[in-house]
Amino acid sequence: MTASDYDETMQLLCDRLGSLVSSDTPITPESNLIGQLAIDSIKLLNLIMEIEDTFDISVPINALADVQTVRDLVDLIHKIKSA
Amino acid sequence: MNLLDKLDAAAAARKALLPNGVGAFGIPIEEVYSATEARIGDRRVLLLGTNNYLGLTFAPECLEAAHEALDEEGTGTTGSRMANGSYFGHRALEKEFAEFYKCDYGMVFTTGYQANLGTISGLAGRGDTVLIDGDSHASIYDGCILSGADIIRFKHNDMADMEKRLRRLGERTQTTLIIAEGIYSMLGDQAPLAEIVELKNKYDCTLLLDEAHSLGVLGETGQGLVEKTGLLKEVDFITGTFSKSLCSIGGYCVSNHPQLDQLRYISHPYIFTASPSPATIASARAALELLRNGTELRKQLWKNAMQLYKHLEETGYKLGPEPGPVIAAIVDSPQQALALWQGLLEHNIYVNLILPPAAPEGKSLVRCSINAAHTTEQMDYVGRAFAKLKPQIFG
Repeated sequence: MTASDYDETMQLLCDRLGSLVSSDTPITPESNLIGQLAIDSIKLLNLIMEIEDTFDISVPINALADVQTVRDLVDLIHKIKSA
Repeated sequence: MNLLDKLDAAAAARKALLPNGVGAFGIPIEEVYSATEARIGDRRVLLLGTNNYLGLTFAPECLEAAHEALDEEGTGTTGSRMANGSYFGHRALEKEFAEFYKCDYGMVFTTGYQANLGTISGLAGRGDTVLIDGDSHASIYDGCILSGADIIRFKHNDMADMEKRLRRLGERTQTTLIIAEGIYSMLGDQAPLAEIVELKNKYDCTLLLDEAHSLGVLGETGQGLVEKTGLLKEVDFITGTFSKSLCSIGGYCVSNHPQLDQLRYISHPYIFTASPSPATIASARAALELLRNGTELRKQLWKNAMQLYKHLEETGYKLGPEPGPVIAAIVDSPQQALALWQGLLEHNIYVNLILPPAAPEGKSLVRCSINAAHTTEQMDYVGRAFAKLKPQIFG
């Protein structure tokens, strides 16, 4: 995955998260998914299914234990796509 | 935020959903009169939130067996089977479950939760994959987490979605455990078992079916979805609970794979817990006998379920996709669900309130569980109460 792919994934994820949170909530790579964006467990699990379909990859939900921020999630996708 | 502040945040979220001290969760039940009636506060209520599908909580055969076991073997086993020994009842019930399912092996666990936890975490491990339905029960999620296997979800009962995810796994499907449920606890719908079996065979996976809510409910002798579909031999492992149709506490797993027996030596939820008490095992054994011969109970259960489902459907409630002993009214907001739940309680009807994120798709549920001991008149009364409350709450 190139730097440009990484940025594209970040943008795509931020856009998708934008539809899940209130319009006045800023979304940055450092935004905490649960604490700041209020993405509950079910929303996150459903988002993972969408990500799997978008990138045609398998994202084990137990890998989310290390994911706190938007950047963490993009890093995880990056790692799986590059494997 | 320190360790305890996180619990305060959870308490605040709960309070926001349930104002004025409403005790919808863990409601105090002061007295139980029968399989269908109890006292909550000052009210004598009709019970539609108990999963007591065959209505056997006061069956004389079960009471007598439990009393006898108490007198002969005492109140508890005071330890695990591994360290402290297996009582006759534990071994007998395992044989009876294996024989009931015409399987070679059976195991009994202390709770239904532990049956899933112990079986899943014993079968799958690091490097393996578990493929689970998105609406799976928490015991399945927790068992998968405990296993250390990679957990992949597919959309609830969506076989095209399931196959897409299987295809992505490539050769890893050979070390994949697919998990589905006979009847799903929230919406009450059944797994498309024939299609799941087809995919399981096509991709060379292993299949576990949880019959917790379908034991006693589906099939000629009450085995569950495996019997209703004639697919018993196609399912590798069947788990279930004693706490619903069998009116006791405990869980089971049956299989034709001899490896099931090895779980006794590696499965922590089996090893490191006290074994079921003699009375709970004795009542479960008596109830299993009644369940196997419970054709009339099942007929009455389904008659009641169809009656209420039809009534609520005609009234205009949005319900789970198919009729069954679990009937869930799907409501858009937690506030509406709470109002409906409270309104029903004021009509002396106790049901379950399910709020996000426990309910699927971000909705809220007012969930009824139907019972073979309910009467036609009681079902009619519940239907009329729902109908009366609808315009008051939903306009």
